[in-house]
Amino acid sequence: MQKEGEVRIPSGCAISAMISKSGKLCNGEKIIASMYPMHDRSNGLGGGFAGYGIYPEYKEFYALHVFYDDDASRVECEKFLKENFEIVKAEIIPIRKIPEITDVPMIWRYFVAPFASTLSRLQLDEKEFVARCVMRINTLYKGAYVFSSGKNMGAFKAVGFPEDVGRFYRLEEYEGYSWTAHGRYPTNTPGWWGGAHPFALLDYSVVHNGEISSYDANRRYIKMFGYKCTLQTDTEVITYIADYLLRRQGLTLEETASVIAAPFWSTLDAHNSEENQQRAYLRKIFPSLLITGPFSIVLGFSGGLMALNDRLKLRSMVVGEKDDMCYIASEEAAIRVMEPEVETVYAPAGGEPVIVRLQEGSF
Amino acid sequence: MTSINATEYEFAGLNELVHNAQDDVAIVNCCGQRFIAAGMKRGRVTIDGVPGNALGAYLTGGEIIVHGNAQDAVGDTMNDGEIVISGNVGDAVGYAMRGGAIYVRGNAGYRAGIHMKEYKSKKPVIVIGGRCGSFLGEYQAGGRLIVLGLHQDGRPSVGNFPCTGMHGGKLILRGDGSGVKFPVQTKVSELTAEDWEEIAPYLHRFCEVFGVDYQALSQERFCVVTPDSQNPYKQMYVAN
Repeated sequence: MQKEGEVRIPSGCAISAMISKSGKLCNGEKIIASMYPMHDRSNGLGGGFAGYGIYPEYKEFYALHVFYDDDASRVECEKFLKENFEIVKAEIIPIRKIPEITDVPMIWRYFVAPFASTLSRLQLDEKEFVARCVMRINTLYKGAYVFSSGKNMGAFKAVGFPEDVGRFYRLEEYEGYSWTAHGRYPTNTPGWWGGAHPFALLDYSVVHNGEISSYDANRRYIKMFGYKCTLQTDTEVITYIADYLLRRQGLTLEETASVIAAPFWSTLDAHNSEENQQRAYLRKIFPSLLITGPFSIVLGFSGGLMALNDRLKLRSMVVGEKDDMCYIASEEAAIRVMEPEVETVYAPAGGEPVIVRLQEGSF
Repeated sequence: MTSINATEYEFAGLNELVHNAQDDVAIVNCCGQRFIAAGMKRGRVTIDGVPGNALGAYLTGGEIIVHGNAQDAVGDTMNDGEIVISGNVGDAVGYAMRGGAIYVRGNAGYRAGIHMKEYKSKKPVIVIGGRCGSFLGEYQAGGRLIVLGLHQDGRPSVGNFPCTGMHGGKLILRGDGSGVKFPVQTKVSELTAEDWEEIAPYLHRFCEVFGVDYQALSQERFCVVTPDSQNPYKQMYVAN
């Protein structure tokens, strides 16, 4: 079979997310359940989840989740890891063998910290070094693919329907303060484990429903800063854009949203407010990071979530709230599964980010 | 009356039951099942919970009543009949609608009434009680799209880019339409007595089903948006 990145097939998808603003932990069962009513938005070629706050005992270490084609790839990749990181734990990610999930690669997890000596020699900060190592493995180490690399968070993904993927990874055994989920209906690529969502780099993860038409423009621009898109799938580039703008450029989430879903010039011109001047400025500075075409995404990060629709709102997205919980999904039905008594339910406008953060000191 | 607990069914099984029912149907615990009552010709379906996308698509007759919110593409390409939603609806309500009526008590998402059309006596009508997202009535070719703006959250009744590509039908807004930017190919005018006569039965029905004060509503000012000529996009693409 041809893999992701080798072929392009010309989607509907499902996304869902939940977060406790007070940092209450909850296992993966609810987020899995939310995918059931949206079953028909996926076609069984990809499902995945990201959980935040799930590795408290290793929260100081980067959790690398890696797919290997075979043992030889693992040996090669581990050699590279050992040269660059202190590995405090290496293990096979526990799975549940179920008939719905087949062609399972080797799935490993490492809790690592970069050697201080290496960082000082390269004069790199820790995150930049880890990001570069992830890029290096994913582009140069055949048969190895790092699909999660943040601290105290993890992505879990596979080819299959999301409900099955959640059971496969035994998500009921993990407890997080926030979760995101994705059901895939790939339209451009054949569907491989690495191409399932969420796409994650460091502690940023993205689940995405849509098909962005600016993919190539975005890809070419972001490549200049060391981000190599290897899979031809548009979500990968969104993750890198988020990392670039938030971590490397130091933009706020609001500013990032107004770069990737910049309002139309006519909308900006209609009200000459200070806010709109700022938006116009960002649009001029980062024109190549404007994402066009349909998308609804949830960006996960340490301490919160951001939901965002494209400015034309070509995909559906609903937000619901109750007490300290916030829920986001492609369909209201999914929110009702997570919280039948949800109090406020609304659909944010296109380009209007919904940012939910943990309360100060709650986690 | 056939009562169905939707918890036990996926969309196909649920719709088969609805289709085969000999009398009115009441669905409870609905949670995202799609295509409910699609193509239905007669009868009444009442829904508690959240019906899935494309509720009442190709509806040809009968009545659908939702006690709560509905999702995207309600009444997609419907021909006739009535859909009543007591909560909000998602995007693209009444997509390419060809006849019948949709009443929404709450708000509508983006692209309400996109590409509604009419032919002779077939004039579809959508009445939105609250506010609407952007691209309201995009490519409207016929029918009557009525927005009452009775919502209380202070946000505008109409989002950006209403009536983009409009070339037929009428958009009727409560108020004078000030503060809304309409395309140059459309014109905004006062509601005429003739217009009122046309929409009054639908407003009456809206007030009846949702318990809204019709007398008060009928005292309000309304405006009408129409394409400003027979061929508003002449020479936009080709000389025609």
